[in-house]
Amino acid sequence: MKHALRPSQYGVLIAIMLTASVGDSLLSRGMEQVGAVDMHHLGLLWHALFNPYVDAGILLLIGFFACYTTALSWADLTFVMPATAFGYVVIALIGKFWLHEHLSLSRWAGIAMIVCAVGFVAGGPSRTEHEELVQVDAGVAPL
Amino acid sequence: MNGQSLVTVWGSIAFVSALAVVGEVLIAAGMRQVGDLDEVRARRGLLGTIGAVLSNAKFVMGALCMALNFFAMLFALSVADLSLAAPAIAALTYIGNAFAAKIFLRENVDGRRWLATMFVAFGVALLSR
Repeated sequence: MKHALRPSQYGVLIAIMLTASVGDSLLSRGMEQVGAVDMHHLGLLWHALFNPYVDAGILLLIGFFACYTTALSWADLTFVMPATAFGYVVIALIGKFWLHEHLSLSRWAGIAMIVCAVGFVAGGPSRTEHEELVQVDAGVAPL
Repeated sequence: MNGQSLVTVWGSIAFVSALAVVGEVLIAAGMRQVGDLDEVRARRGLLGTIGAVLSNAKFVMGALCMALNFFAMLFALSVADLSLAAPAIAALTYIGNAFAAKIFLRENVDGRRWLATMFVAFGVALLSR
């Protein structure tokens, strides 16, 4: 089993958390400036592409997808998903400290649960290997 | 909420979650076939790595599922409240991914990972309240 991650791989996991959460926050702020889009005002979507917050958000989400696929090349899906769920916590904290939103008790409880979940998977291996998968990796057997 | 709209709401939530699970599992299977991207990049360079990823059929099908998932999500949000749809979809996707990863990717989902998945699912639901 591969237990230890390289420092660059920790960097990829942190990049996933930050790009997703900051990207979503930038898109949210940009779309607030653009205004509500409905079926009668679809042209606003084109207008949104010229908003710097929306552009920065799209760039970060492209970076998120690149980092996410990179992580899945060396870690299990059931490792990457909980490990990167910390992004939800980052979004909540951005909401509190940047957008000055109120964090209720239930939201703090949600943050605590996600932090615990990250702790659970962080202590385990990033990829669990089975004989069949080792053979696939070695090109001996088809997936 | 009447019976028909209840079916529409939960049907759309289940459909979006299922598309996300299928997309994530296909992308994970594709990336496992491609191999560690750091090693691939060392051998083939950046363009070769991008080519290897984009020429993988499972990855492409997974990405298409995620694109469909985006539009299905827009439909779900048109029939369900955001405060219901967002946490329900996220929680179902996390739990569905754990089952799918165990069955189709043959990952060793031990007690620690099940616990982490459940904690994230409940945590996301609490954060969205």
